[in-house]
Amino acid sequence: MTLADGFRDTELARGVLAGIRQASTRQVRLMEFCGGHTVAIMRHGIRQLLPPTIEMLSGPGCPVCVTDNSDLDKALALARLPGVILATFGDMLKVPGSRSSLQEARAEGADVRIVYSTLDALDIAGQNPACRVVFLGVGFETTAPTVAASVLQAAKGGVPNYYVLSMHKVCPPAIRAILDSGEVKVSGLICPGHVSAVAGSRAWDFIALDYGIPCVVSGFEPLDILQAVRMLVDQLEKGESRVEIAYRRGVTPDGNRRALEVMAQVFEPCPARWRGLGAVPGSGLRLRDAYRRFDAEAAFDFDPGPTVEPEGCICGEVLRAVRTPRDCGLFRTVCTPASPVGPCMVSSEGACAACYLYGAADE
Amino acid sequence: MCLAVPALVKSIDGLEAEVDLGGVTRRTSLMLAPEAKVGDYVLLHAGYAISVLDQGEAEETLSILREMARATADGGA
Repeated sequence: MTLADGFRDTELARGVLAGIRQASTRQVRLMEFCGGHTVAIMRHGIRQLLPPTIEMLSGPGCPVCVTDNSDLDKALALARLPGVILATFGDMLKVPGSRSSLQEARAEGADVRIVYSTLDALDIAGQNPACRVVFLGVGFETTAPTVAASVLQAAKGGVPNYYVLSMHKVCPPAIRAILDSGEVKVSGLICPGHVSAVAGSRAWDFIALDYGIPCVVSGFEPLDILQAVRMLVDQLEKGESRVEIAYRRGVTPDGNRRALEVMAQVFEPCPARWRGLGAVPGSGLRLRDAYRRFDAEAAFDFDPGPTVEPEGCICGEVLRAVRTPRDCGLFRTVCTPASPVGPCMVSSEGACAACYLYGAADE
Repeated sequence: MCLAVPALVKSIDGLEAEVDLGGVTRRTSLMLAPEAKVGDYVLLHAGYAISVLDQGEAEETLSILREMARATADGGA
């Protein structure tokens, strides 16, 4: 029996679903921001189980998917430099940049290593003193503190050959950008669970206050998601908009203060480019001056070359929820998980990959 | 990418812990969750505990879900 088992109880799910069907009278569109939620919803067939009054949209909450090609090209250029070891989470390996992926660069001789944690990257730096180890920093508020922690450890332990290429992003400015664009009408938002474990549910207060959109922070088990849907439906039926937490075992209003402190000590906000959204002010994280010597962009001389977008790929529109994977002419034909054209087909949390793997029942 | 899984803290040595992850033992950093104690469940992400799970809240949430299901079965809402 693990902590998650109770949240997979089929009989209980049936009962909660019946409650949702009974409570939902208004037509609503709920967006799950997080790619982890997209996968859980598709895997468990939750869209098909919900009543026709509830439409679900997938948002841009997949860090791999929203990494812009211009940033990917920087990682590729760094990986190809002699004496460089590029350490990355496995999700990034097959993402196509303008001219190749890290996997292709590795096949051509670049030293690209998959790590589970920044702690592994620090070990690689210790074991290879003659090389310079660059960690590819991709991820939201969940991941950025772990990378910040590695920089603090490298500073304390005197690891001279460790660097970070920071492509980290924070979520609230991206949600604001989507809502401000007015391209999609969203009635309620399922807020990311593990981003909120760090950032706290207060990070979403502005959505309820400024946009009048109810928010519920959800966990990732099927019952977590059904509970979040029920709580959103209840707010929408009453015409309310506030931030609630369904995932109370993991999330508090204030989040993880220690993780936020570590993140703020090492990183500062900066503009960042999101695939699909373009430049979003204050949505990126760069190393502060005190830790500049760990900044791969400042420490290396490299040329990422001109950025080229894949022809025919609509990942940008999928990430903005204005089109679905099935609207793409490349989906399932040219673009597959084995031979992906765009990042949403590469990442295990990408909307296209989820639709490819679990979408048959979603027709 | 934001995948995090519950893991049970088995032992602690400074800011490092050994956690049980479905029968597999892993070393984990407690740098971001130094308040974790032996016997706690932590959310494990990329080698770091990023929060301590509240087992009392987990039970409470399951009770709320059971109540949601029961109220519907009884014809209430």
